[in-house]
Amino acid sequence: MKIDLFITCLNDAMFPRTGEATARLLERLGHEVRFNERQTCCGQMHFNSGYQHDALRLVRHFVDTFRDADVVVAPSGSCVGMVRDLYPRAAEWAHDDALLAEVQALTPRVFELSEFLVHHQGLEDVGAYYPHRVTYHQTCHAMRVLRVGDAPLRLLQRVRGLNLVALPAVDQCCGFGGTFSVKNPETSTAMLADKVQHVMSTNAEACTAGDNSCLMHIGGGLSRLQSGTRTVHLAEILASTEHEVFA
Amino acid sequence: MSAEARLEILTRVNRAQPAEPTRFQRPARPVSGRDEHDVVEQFAEYAAEYRANVIRTSRSALPAVLGDLLQGQVQVAVPKDLAADWLPAALAVHRDDPDLTDLTVITAVVTGAAVAIAETGTVVLDHGPGQGRRALTLVPDHHICVVFEHQVVESVLEAVQRLHPSARRGQPLTWISGPSATSDIELSRVEGVHGPRTLDIVLVAGPP
Amino acid sequence: MSAGGIKPARPFPAAARDTLGNAQMRRNLRHATTTIREKRQRAVDELPNWEALRDEAAALKDHVMAHLSEYLLELEASVQARGGQVHWARTAQEARSIVAALAQRHGAQEVIKVKSISTDEIELNAGLAAHGIHAIETDLAELIVQLAEDQPSHILVPAIHRNRAEIRELFQRKLGAELLTDDPKALADAARTYLREKFLSTTVAVSGANFAVAETGTVCVVESEGNGRMCLTMPDVLISVMGIEKVLPTWQDLAVFLRVLPRSSTAERMNPYTSFWSGVTPGDGPQEFHLVLLDNGRTDVLADDVGRQTLRCIRCSACLNVCPVYERTGGHAYGSVYPGPIGAILTPQLLQLEDENANTLPWASSLCGACYDACPVKINIPEVLLYLRGQISDAQPPSVQAAAFKVAAWVMSEPHRFEGAIKLARTGQGPLVKHGAIHALPGLLAGWTASRDLPAFPRQTFREWWRQRPAAQEHGPDRPEDTSETAGNAWEPL
Repeated sequence: MKIDLFITCLNDAMFPRTGEATARLLERLGHEVRFNERQTCCGQMHFNSGYQHDALRLVRHFVDTFRDADVVVAPSGSCVGMVRDLYPRAAEWAHDDALLAEVQALTPRVFELSEFLVHHQGLEDVGAYYPHRVTYHQTCHAMRVLRVGDAPLRLLQRVRGLNLVALPAVDQCCGFGGTFSVKNPETSTAMLADKVQHVMSTNAEACTAGDNSCLMHIGGGLSRLQSGTRTVHLAEILASTEHEVFA
Repeated sequence: MSAEARLEILTRVNRAQPAEPTRFQRPARPVSGRDEHDVVEQFAEYAAEYRANVIRTSRSALPAVLGDLLQGQVQVAVPKDLAADWLPAALAVHRDDPDLTDLTVITAVVTGAAVAIAETGTVVLDHGPGQGRRALTLVPDHHICVVFEHQVVESVLEAVQRLHPSARRGQPLTWISGPSATSDIELSRVEGVHGPRTLDIVLVAGPP
Repeated sequence: MSAGGIKPARPFPAAARDTLGNAQMRRNLRHATTTIREKRQRAVDELPNWEALRDEAAALKDHVMAHLSEYLLELEASVQARGGQVHWARTAQEARSIVAALAQRHGAQEVIKVKSISTDEIELNAGLAAHGIHAIETDLAELIVQLAEDQPSHILVPAIHRNRAEIRELFQRKLGAELLTDDPKALADAARTYLREKFLSTTVAVSGANFAVAETGTVCVVESEGNGRMCLTMPDVLISVMGIEKVLPTWQDLAVFLRVLPRSSTAERMNPYTSFWSGVTPGDGPQEFHLVLLDNGRTDVLADDVGRQTLRCIRCSACLNVCPVYERTGGHAYGSVYPGPIGAILTPQLLQLEDENANTLPWASSLCGACYDACPVKINIPEVLLYLRGQISDAQPPSVQAAAFKVAAWVMSEPHRFEGAIKLARTGQGPLVKHGAIHALPGLLAGWTASRDLPAFPRQTFREWWRQRPAAQEHGPDRPEDTSETAGNAWEPL
């Protein structure tokens, strides 16, 4: 299958390794992977912060970039959530029917990585090897907007060598929420404190998730506490093999 | 002032409410084929879970059962039209006819019910025959409610349907699920605040 | 005096700090919300068709909103036909005046009240006090809040932020109750003793309404303690204050709401007591009944295509109990009688998005979506939050922040500008980076690094790596570990 990667701006700038792992994993599974260099940002940060007119510029840019793609796969639940759930809202609220039609034509072909593998491709064992103690954080948008369900867990359970430990209160938000973490830093920190405490209670070497925005937040807390637990994107675990270590 | 307010609010509502393309279709409600016996058992179980005392009996044994439950109660009240043959012949009761002026001296009250709901363990009074006015089952501390098995319906939906005529007549209704309770302090449930602290449900088998 | 209207006195972040710093309140809140979350899930799972019920409840409410004037007129006629009187109040002030005038007409110096958030919304207690009338709250939690001269912090359990020891002390001080223990049963008994005399001697009662049926004129109040039954039954005069959105078309429509409301709010199959009445019933209960229909900003909410769904709300409080923000900040931080996620969208809308403090509420959410999943009438709270953020930002005068976002959108809508900006940031971050991470940021972003590190930009972007990578298809699964030349992620000290 021809897959267009949507790497997302955060991964592109801050977590290139995640993008690389996503590309390698999909290629290993036999897909033809493309990266359209016109891509930038989905506009989630603007949209969620209240700058919806500014976000529209990015919505249109995304639609222009990926209009001809067969399938778009991204290693981020919240960015795919933005595209699938909020692009139609953005077009409706701007009363732009032409954009709405384009969005509706495109968004059913945009997938988050784990849902693409499990729900779309019917895969659970992607041939990964990762001999570490790992705990998994369920990100809100993957869970409640995209409804990926247990797709990430099913993938992790089939990773050879991986010791998966359950994260207490797994369905609780880490407190990032984009602009929320800046506008309400104390409340966000209170939520993060609980999340970090739960992660540390698992004694995991790594905390994984399908979204580097949440992981950046959790990782920020773990790093400040010198906890010794790292954050690792799900794609990097799934891309890792005996021969090639991504994380 | 109110006429002006009324007009303004209705005008504002008319301007604001959306145009709706289709009328709301209430979903079809399939009648449950559940066994009546199961429904009655579920009612008894759920009512008991809400700390009502559920006593199973037959029509012929009803007076004896009520006699036992009322043992030691000196001031017993009943609605003015409660069937006399429910009670033991020797029992002295206050009929609410004319209205009893001081319900605070009454220690127990016996009434019938209109409907009971298995899904929730609820008894419903529509304050029709044998159920009395609302205060009668509110002020005394012990309510004994007689429910016949044929009055038990499976769901809230069926109960609402069955109670439609009472509602259309403008009768008040009281739905009772266990004794009065509160969870206001640390969400820990305490039974018995302002309503009757004891609720006995006498569930009568067989024809009325 | 309990019960404080809907205008927040402070912006949310400032108000939130109080609870965040109060360890006792944090523990009380966490205990309560965790307990009820688990119970609710069990109560909901017990019904086989929960999702269908949610759909039906939402569709029915939407239908009501589309025919609201029709159903309000039908309700008015039905209530009047049963001997009740109907009043219309455009504002909180009008509603207070109506209730006060009715109470005064009966010479009442005290009125008893059933817990009602709509009367809290209109600050009725203070309004009555201004006329020399004392309103006595009869719900246990409302009584606690009133005696403590506190504010409610939860829709369903307004004293959720107080624990038993605090309540015991309060009852001893204010009711003169002799309490040997702080057992909730003993505390409830003390309230029973104090209130019983009030129930039997007060002539005027005030309530809210959970539902009112246009077809039959039936008004419904859902409760647990029996204080509702007492207020609705024992006095001579009953005044019920109801938001105009609470009307339902037909008697049968109660079925769906009586199934979803108790399970969503108290996590019970059914609450202990539900009372229904139509107008007045000769020989039974109050012989004078007044229904006050309240607008107070609701028609403005109704006029908005996106915000309108807020009016589906049945005040169950399920969204509060699942909200991670509410769990940490409690209800007081929202500064309104409507706290939590529903408050974050309802309060600013009722104030026409013109109240600066209320306008901070749509940002009091991490957008985790738990509220939407729990809502029995499927209000898409995250969607409305975002919509309101947009409306509020649009109306604001130009700011540095707005300009920054505008520039960012311009930069990010072209790949070469985006790439240039990253390179600039990579160079500029130099002095801030220590051991691969940023530990302190200046300005607006300082809030982040107050408690968390931020990763530094790695030395290569994904797209830089992509351009220079060997054609990937040439490598099989046994590709040797040749990735050392590629970019590492942020965090990783290189």
